[in-house]
Amino acid sequence: MAMPEAYITGVGQSEVGVRLTRSPMGLTKDAIVEALADAGLTLAEIDGVASYPGKSHGYLGFSPCGVDEVIEAMGISARWHFGGGEIPAQLSAIAEAANAVRTGQARHVLCFRTVYEAAAMSRPEEFPALRRDTVDGYSQWTAPFFALSAACWVAQYAMRHMHRYGMTREQLAQVALNANRNALLNPAARAITKKPLSLDEYMNARPITSPFCLHDCDRFTDCSTVIIVSAGDALGDVRSTPIRIAASAGKVDRWSWDQAEWMASYATGPDLWAKTDYKPGDVDCVQFYDGFAFFPITWLEALGFCPVGEGHRFIEGGKRIARDGELPLNTAGGQIGAGRLHGFGFAHEAVVQLRGTGGARQIPGDPRVAVATSGGGPLAAALLLAKD
Amino acid sequence: MNPPRPRPKLDDDNRAFWTGGAEGKLNMMQCADCGRFTHPPRRICRHCQSEAMAPVAVAGTGAIETYTINSQPWLPGLEVPFVIARVRLDGVPDVVLTTNIVHCPVEEVGFDDPVKVTFEEQDGIWFPLFERVR
Repeated sequence: MAMPEAYITGVGQSEVGVRLTRSPMGLTKDAIVEALADAGLTLAEIDGVASYPGKSHGYLGFSPCGVDEVIEAMGISARWHFGGGEIPAQLSAIAEAANAVRTGQARHVLCFRTVYEAAAMSRPEEFPALRRDTVDGYSQWTAPFFALSAACWVAQYAMRHMHRYGMTREQLAQVALNANRNALLNPAARAITKKPLSLDEYMNARPITSPFCLHDCDRFTDCSTVIIVSAGDALGDVRSTPIRIAASAGKVDRWSWDQAEWMASYATGPDLWAKTDYKPGDVDCVQFYDGFAFFPITWLEALGFCPVGEGHRFIEGGKRIARDGELPLNTAGGQIGAGRLHGFGFAHEAVVQLRGTGGARQIPGDPRVAVATSGGGPLAAALLLAKD
Repeated sequence: MNPPRPRPKLDDDNRAFWTGGAEGKLNMMQCADCGRFTHPPRRICRHCQSEAMAPVAVAGTGAIETYTINSQPWLPGLEVPFVIARVRLDGVPDVVLTTNIVHCPVEEVGFDDPVKVTFEEQDGIWFPLFERVR
């Protein structure tokens, strides 16, 4: 018996800004209103809500709105809801919503990710920063050595790639240069990317933690992104072009930021292909998590677009990953170019491209298959999206 | 002068690791049944699920698996640049420690450099740092 299908039927996004004053729930509402209008649905038709990671009480800027709060604020009657951080990565909230509609637990699930990290930094009394003086859990194995950012953890994997496989900074730079070119064509990225970036500027930019410079890191952003997931037998309710969630994966063999030989993306990629008849060669564009510029290189390798240890050569010169290249990457600018939307932006942009509504940044032809990913280190989630 | 290092919250699993430096020991949690190590330390062996776990002092030598030269002052007053590294420990297969490489210029640090532990104490916590072996 064929499994019932799940579709993305609506996408929405609030203003994307830095130090916005509109409240986090206000931004969430803006994204919900846009996604509902896109799908042609009303709030009364929403019967499920999902998010990652749920409200982050210890660091509100990271996730200021809980699933329960959104249900209450928007007056949603939810037959099914889900919010949590202990899932493979951000996009797994959407994968779980897909499972809910496939199994008849809901018809239309509103999935959201709201971030307020830039505003929080400017209003610490209202949105306190993460406490650093005492650490437990996994951070006790990194923070005491002043490895206080994921940049420091990921940089060590990137350094190993340079040592073992010969990756150069010029090759790594292509992720940021590609993000910059695409972001300049994305009206939603105006607060984040304002001018072109040259290779010279990149090479001379302020170092963060080798090999990463400033342009290899995404930037704190205030925004909400909403994805509506609908059951295959509920498509009569919607007006948009539905995009099928053809497969999803999020595999972790060792949950660790430093003990794992390979980041979880490398187990997740093959597991995605094991769940579908599609092949890497069928993919028309990829939207890969780029909290740091090294991640898209790992996703290219993990998903089999090139052999392990060849990702940097795949993107060399930037032509293959450009909008008119063989595998367009991060066509909205990714998080490096368009802000740290934290995962959901990649699903949003995959839907935009598959529907052909990307405007100045739309890739040529009639794209039918896209991959969106989120996460790095022990976090990895991949969605295979198809217009069929 | 660097700010204080973030202080691990001690518990029965991690106490021997974070305080062993008082006796000059780098303690790693080992299983008496299968002989393998579990790190981060836990009272249940991650390989065979035995509970016959005990901290054991290891050689404290190893080699640099990978590293990064950190230039960003993540905390006020943090002196940069400095080296964050993953060290694989002699006699402790399948384990790396995230640590700092100290007592040498950052540009002299390299892959596979042999290193040995050196402890830095702060309020009863003994942070295992590593220095190159000449």
